[in-house]
Amino acid sequence: MSIGILGRKLGMTRIYNSDGTAVPCTVLAAGPCPITQIKNQEKDGYAALQIGFDTVEERKLSKAERGHLAKADKGLYRHLRELRVDDVSDYELGQDLTVELFFPGEKVKVTGTSKGKGFQGVMKRWNFAGAPDSHGHEKVHRSGGSIGYRTRPGKIFKNKKMAGHMGNRTVTMMHLEVVDVRPEDNVIVIRGAVPGPRNGIVMVRKLK
Amino acid sequence: MDIIRKIEREHMRVDLPKFRPGDTVKVHLRIIEGEKERIQVFQGAVLRIKRGTTTSTFTVRKTSDGVGVERIFPFHTPAIERVEVVSEGKVRRSRLYYLRGLKGKAAKIKTKNQWD
Repeated sequence: MSIGILGRKLGMTRIYNSDGTAVPCTVLAAGPCPITQIKNQEKDGYAALQIGFDTVEERKLSKAERGHLAKADKGLYRHLRELRVDDVSDYELGQDLTVELFFPGEKVKVTGTSKGKGFQGVMKRWNFAGAPDSHGHEKVHRSGGSIGYRTRPGKIFKNKKMAGHMGNRTVTMMHLEVVDVRPEDNVIVIRGAVPGPRNGIVMVRKLK
Repeated sequence: MDIIRKIEREHMRVDLPKFRPGDTVKVHLRIIEGEKERIQVFQGAVLRIKRGTTTSTFTVRKTSDGVGVERIFPFHTPAIERVEVVSEGKVRRSRLYYLRGLKGKAAKIKTKNQWD
């Protein structure tokens, strides 16, 4: 897998290239994320780094959480995430990962929790066409139509697209371009949109 | 939010002159054709200014061969070489959409008197 850091989505804006074209971009406050635990093949069965983000007051964490974070001795953090890596020998406990991992022009992947949309019909959730508004159609304008066949197969196939809960799930956007990296502010600017609301927690990772 | 403002401030232009809806302006636009770059001038009345940070735009309207032409320019784009204010207009609203329905002399904006 790949190395990355955690960040908070601050919002979107627009900047301009030197040729005058506008670039829509998302601003993320990311890192510095200390490595709070290193998992290795021998002890844990897999190699991974656990990183922390967003400092938190002592009273908001349980004694067990505080004890776990004390091992790295880098303060207390609200969010902990694991990053699977091939080789952990390059990293040490308590080392800070910052936005300097990335450089402008690089392609990254960004993982976040998408905005929850609630219980939605098939037109919004799956882009179904619905039924006509007139010409004899009654009470079916936004319905999905038939969902299957008859006595054979006598069931509805699994994964049939139907109405239900939409959004509020983990979404990863691949190949997003890094527009700007500002180590002095711990800020990374990414071209285009990133999953989730403002102030949502996102993970920015290298593609490889 | 402050960091976004900071990033935006770096991309905003402060060199453009002040103008208001109703003013007649010449917009000198940099146009890149292949490898060559040339300047195109678009002259007309400012119909509206959409205020904002880097997202602010202004609309310029002119009549070309009897056909109304409107162009929306991003205020802060580096593609604008410069903006010249030709004359200041005397108007009583900030969105001059009513000009779209007018032709000829009626569509003319009175210029502001020097002593106003």
